Amino acid sequence: MSPRSGVGAYAHRAFCGAVFVFLIAPILVIVPLSFNAEPYFTFTEGMLRLDADAWSLRWYRSVAGDEQWLRAVVNSFVIGMGATVLATGLGVLAALGLADPRMPGRRLAMGILISPMVTPVIVSAAGMFFFYTSLGLAQTHAGLILAHAALGTPFVIITVTATLAGFDPNLTRAAAGLGAGEWTAFRRVQLPLILPGVVSGALFAFATSFDEVVTVLFMGGVEQRTIPRQMWSGVREQISPAILSVATVLIVFALFLMGTVEWLRRRGGRAA
Amino acid sequence: MTEADRVAARGAAGAGPPSGTPHVEFIGVDKTYDGVTQVVRDLELTVYAGEFLTLLGPSGSGKTTCLMMLAGFEAPTAGQIRIAGQRVEDVPPRRRNIGMVFQNYALFPHMTVGGNLAFPLEVRRIDRSSAEERVRRALALVRLTGFEDRKPGELSGGQQQRVAIARALVFEPSLVLMDEPLGALDRRLREEMQYEIRRIQRALGVTVVYVTHDQQEAMAMSDRVAVFNRGRIQQVAPPEVLYEEPERGFVATFIGDNNLLHGRVVAARDDICTVDTGSGIVQAFLVAPRAVGDAVTLAIRPERVALAAEPGLYSNEFEAEVDDIAFLGDHLRVRVSVCGSSGFVVKIPNRVGHGGVLEDDRVRIGWTPLDCRALAPDEEDGGSP
Repeated sequence: MSPRSGVGAYAHRAFCGAVFVFLIAPILVIVPLSFNAEPYFTFTEGMLRLDADAWSLRWYRSVAGDEQWLRAVVNSFVIGMGATVLATGLGVLAALGLADPRMPGRRLAMGILISPMVTPVIVSAAGMFFFYTSLGLAQTHAGLILAHAALGTPFVIITVTATLAGFDPNLTRAAAGLGAGEWTAFRRVQLPLILPGVVSGALFAFATSFDEVVTVLFMGGVEQRTIPRQMWSGVREQISPAILSVATVLIVFALFLMGTVEWLRRRGGRAA
Repeated sequence: MTEADRVAARGAAGAGPPSGTPHVEFIGVDKTYDGVTQVVRDLELTVYAGEFLTLLGPSGSGKTTCLMMLAGFEAPTAGQIRIAGQRVEDVPPRRRNIGMVFQNYALFPHMTVGGNLAFPLEVRRIDRSSAEERVRRALALVRLTGFEDRKPGELSGGQQQRVAIARALVFEPSLVLMDEPLGALDRRLREEMQYEIRRIQRALGVTVVYVTHDQQEAMAMSDRVAVFNRGRIQQVAPPEVLYEEPERGFVATFIGDNNLLHGRVVAARDDICTVDTGSGIVQAFLVAPRAVGDAVTLAIRPERVALAAEPGLYSNEFEAEVDDIAFLGDHLRVRVSVCGSSGFVVKIPNRVGHGGVLEDDRVRIGWTPLDCRALAPDEEDGGSP
């Protein structure tokens, strides 16, 4: 963009600043509120005066000591990890197959595999609810893992397909010519080179499961409550800043995931 | 002239007929990808043990497909491929024990040079210490001692090329395939690597099947060259035979320069025939089995055409108009119109008395019947099956 001057430049900067404030402020405001000593969602006078007494970790402690929240954390990680492993395995296999120009109907297959990403989640969730109920999978951890794997697989397919586009198929041929079997060639040559795509796809799949609430609302019972689901009921039933402390922890966790993806992206860029 | 005579003629010329143990045999091999276009047609080719054989041809002529079938990355549609007498159509690439050098090197970018070279040894479960020794020897062979810990990305194109060659040799295959390995290098480096590859091949005595579209490279490196065009082998012969005794018009023009004239045989006696080009009668050496009335293509090398100082020196002599003269240092390229060909090139060495030829002059040019080869016209050899 060319440098601007005068009023235009200020207007431009003000607009950009407004966009960022609009995007980030609702998230950032949660962080200080989560240290509120009072059971309110607003800044108290004491907080604004920066009184030490007005701030506290009580909501963090309440969450840490709450059995429901702890179960939600365990559920989120169990379901998230399970769905990630499944989505990554299937997504990598699908991407490898779809990258082969000899595969018939690859555009159609790609479209079908990507569809969970563009279908409204409430539609898939409602459909899955009836389908999984008839299979006896509703209100089970396995059912939620399967449902979340279906939602996360497209991310793995897209990121792995993107890295495969920069992969020289002659490398696989070279490995075979040098005496490596297909599995060895994949493990020693292809996988290390597409690993940045695989890992960032896996992180996206995990994040998808980790913040997903609609499917859990439909399919999860009390035993399958995840963190977002617990927050949902927290907001509806027992308005307390406890959910703000959970939200703060999740923000930190999300920043960590984003940082990891970015780090992998740069590494991948250098290797290519 | 019969096949036996031609073989005898080659022997007399110093280039012995191919001999030895067959290492690779293509027997009646066809290849089509879509069932319609024949990429390779009825291929018959034998590569002898220890030989450096080049598959030469323009792009799309089927030479790379042949190499890929030999490596096992493509399967022939029909016919047999034998390596050391064994049929290999059903043998996967990793069991063929063939060293291969790819056009873009195909080095593993995430492994060091040492890792790349150790890879074929590791998958063969060769123990670590003898693997290290072999890696060291292979690097010494390509003059890259001490480069074990570098990554391919840190090497120059020529060095990467050497690593690729070392990797293709480190597991001691007896057959090595190279697919345009020097295509990405600049001219000087290419000539140096041509010499290096030849030196290594002679030192190890391995059989090399080499693919290129560069005829100079093929001539410089090969024991024999198989010239491909449109999926068919046009001629297989040592470089000097291909140059001196092309059997087809395609070979005559693809290997070095040649002037082509077209005409019909009006008389034939022994090896010499008389050809009517429509605008001149030419005496020519009959290569293809042609009878009176058959169409022929005449091939005459530009350097074998002379300016005739006085009439009667050559049995083929024509008055021609000079269209263009290009001064190229060691020689002059003179374009003239003769016998219905307007782009007929005469190469005149740059020495005292080259004649003071000027544009638009009329000159007398001539050549002997032995320097004028009567070949089968090209339409017939490429033809549909």
